[in-house]
Amino acid sequence: MNDKTIMLGNEAIARGAYEAGVKVSSAYPGTPSTEISEILSKYTDVYTEWAPNEKVAVEVAIGASIAGVRSLACMKHVGLNVASDPLYTFAYTGVNGGSVIVVADDPGLASSQNEQDTRIIARSAHVPLLEPSDSNEAKEFVKIAYEISEKYDTPVILRTTTKLSHSQGVVELCDRVEVQDKTYERNVGKYVMMPASAINRHKVVEARENMLQEDACTLSINKKEINDKKIGFITSGIPYQYVKEVFPNASVLKLGLINPLPKKLIEEFVSEVETVYVFEELEPVIEEQIKSWGLKVKGKDLFTKQGEYSANLLRKVLLNENKQVFEKKELPNRPPILCPGCPHRSVFSVLNKLKIHAAGDIGCYTLGAVAPLGVIDTTICMGASISTLHGLEKARGKEFIKNWVAVIGDSTFLHTGVNSLINMVYNKATGTVIILDNRTTGMTGHQEHAATGKTLKGDDTNAIDLANLCKAVGVPNVIEVNAFDCATLEKVVKTSVNGDVMTVIIAKAPCALLKSAKSTAKCVANVEKCKKCGMCLKIGCPALTKNPDGTIKIDETMCNGCGLCMQYCKFGAIEKVER
Amino acid sequence: MENKNIMIVGVGGQGTLLTSRIIGKTALSKGYDVKMSEVHGMAQRGGSVVTFVRYGENVSEPVVEEGDADILIAFERLEAMRYAHYLKKDGIIIVNDCRIDPMTVVIGAKEYPKNLIEELTKNHTVIAIDGAKIAKEIGNSKVLNTVVLGVAAKHIGFDKETWLETVRKTVPQKTVEINEKAFLSGYDK
Repeated sequence: MNDKTIMLGNEAIARGAYEAGVKVSSAYPGTPSTEISEILSKYTDVYTEWAPNEKVAVEVAIGASIAGVRSLACMKHVGLNVASDPLYTFAYTGVNGGSVIVVADDPGLASSQNEQDTRIIARSAHVPLLEPSDSNEAKEFVKIAYEISEKYDTPVILRTTTKLSHSQGVVELCDRVEVQDKTYERNVGKYVMMPASAINRHKVVEARENMLQEDACTLSINKKEINDKKIGFITSGIPYQYVKEVFPNASVLKLGLINPLPKKLIEEFVSEVETVYVFEELEPVIEEQIKSWGLKVKGKDLFTKQGEYSANLLRKVLLNENKQVFEKKELPNRPPILCPGCPHRSVFSVLNKLKIHAAGDIGCYTLGAVAPLGVIDTTICMGASISTLHGLEKARGKEFIKNWVAVIGDSTFLHTGVNSLINMVYNKATGTVIILDNRTTGMTGHQEHAATGKTLKGDDTNAIDLANLCKAVGVPNVIEVNAFDCATLEKVVKTSVNGDVMTVIIAKAPCALLKSAKSTAKCVANVEKCKKCGMCLKIGCPALTKNPDGTIKIDETMCNGCGLCMQYCKFGAIEKVER
Repeated sequence: MENKNIMIVGVGGQGTLLTSRIIGKTALSKGYDVKMSEVHGMAQRGGSVVTFVRYGENVSEPVVEEGDADILIAFERLEAMRYAHYLKKDGIIIVNDCRIDPMTVVIGAKEYPKNLIEELTKNHTVIAIDGAKIAKEIGNSKVLNTVVLGVAAKHIGFDKETWLETVRKTVPQKTVEINEKAFLSGYDK
């Protein structure tokens, strides 16, 4: 088979895993990594699952590797923080079947809370890291990653970035290789990381890295292209493409293996080329190592550590050229917003009315921080809402949090929120936690999770009951409410924030974009009755705008008939009708 | 030939992704190297969305940068203006003449700019169409993006049959007929 097709970087990574003979894959969704698992799940020969978080996913991959098959775990950059506990020790045990961890970084913050650089973690964990620069390489590098993993007895990280994951390029398909399962043998010195074993494994880790650094100089994915010897670039990943775009005749050392670096090859390149630039997004990971060897290169003194790079950046900095012909205009921004019919809007409208602050979490509902709802005060990382609220209470006392709640989505709650809830119970908290239960992992594009009753493959399975889970860990007061029932929600929130008993409110309504939530109704404005008071606009629904005369207008293609605006109209000027 | 750079912009949910995929697949079927870039995740939620398609003998970077676009396809006029500075000197704009208020305008913090099409015409060749009206005439307002694509296809090049073939292969099976109709109503306009 040698078909050519266009594939998303993530699709190509999934294809690569399939072709490499991967048998077990575990992941937690996270932009820009999510599609890898979704696409891999369509191959029947591969077991794929959503884990509740990335730590679990990597541990599942470790188990599968020890069992002797090729395994995979996928996550976004911040997911690796959660998974770094198993990662650092997986580096010590090494593998049986090959094991690859795909980590997607997000320079430019398309959908993340920070711009951390996975290459630094790979270095400190002593794990090899590969970085492809287009879709076809993404597929091929996955296969090479498994070869390195098995040859050097180590987990391998394949790093991608948003631009690679979400760009499409031409890919040549190959057949799947059926890899023989490795035999499992009990090996305490290798797989039981107690001090006596680990101290020996640490030696193995260092020896392995030294050997790979040597071998990296002849590895096919580290490529020296000598052209014009006056100017050269050491680069990798998507930035390589920008270099080719602007300097097609420059010499380039394109690195496929970023950790460990091929020291001799780099020394050779720097000695052959007059001026060498290191062109790498985010941290100066390559540059600082090269400089520590006493070599002269240029890098972060010219190029920023922030955001995504571009060909225009290279033109501007090195050629003092500007390709742009027309000026950019100052225009009203169009930031992302909660969708029409989103149940989070309903909950936030109530919190806004009650002037309540919310410790927030990671999900679409982070958008509750912006106008006109503006109720979220903090967002740090997955699960942090609950523990942040607890910290506020312990710092300033229970009176201080009488106008505070924590808000967290159902998927995020199961990811790492539940530990924080246990902490609240254990340490006698009185705060109120609202679980925004929309029956899906919304922001990443609707993935199943442990409470939806469906697996990644779409099969029926056990569903965790969130209310029972909260009761089981000892939450004294658990209340389930329809997220669109503003009157009840208001009453319940008021009582619980003012009470002395820790409360979990589960605000339930499916995400408006789920097929199961397809509405058969729509809201229409009766302009005769409209008093132009603007109350309905305060909920920030994109389906609602004003007519030139100031009366209300509802876009019927956008409206899904959730009826939230009706609840805020005192004059009965909005009605619900069948579609 | 020089690489051709196309941008498709709009508001999250308007179908920019599908449109860029149809253009990319059509170029691939003609034997070109193709690269595309898209926006996923939170940025999609009703926000300003931009996707890129580049094709030619050999394409390096997957994005179109400021000053590089040959064709800008916009599904909303404020978004056309937002990305007009990406165009080359003689680049053209195909704009669906509709208005979607961003939240900043809805809540009264900003004003929706007036005379956008006229402003755009001062610097660029602009083809403005009422895609929603045409789509409604065909019988489904959701195929607006395919109508706009039909208009753009005429300016991109390639033959009608190749375009129709990719449309058929890319859109959901149940909607093939209506999308073909939508494409032709734009293409033959």
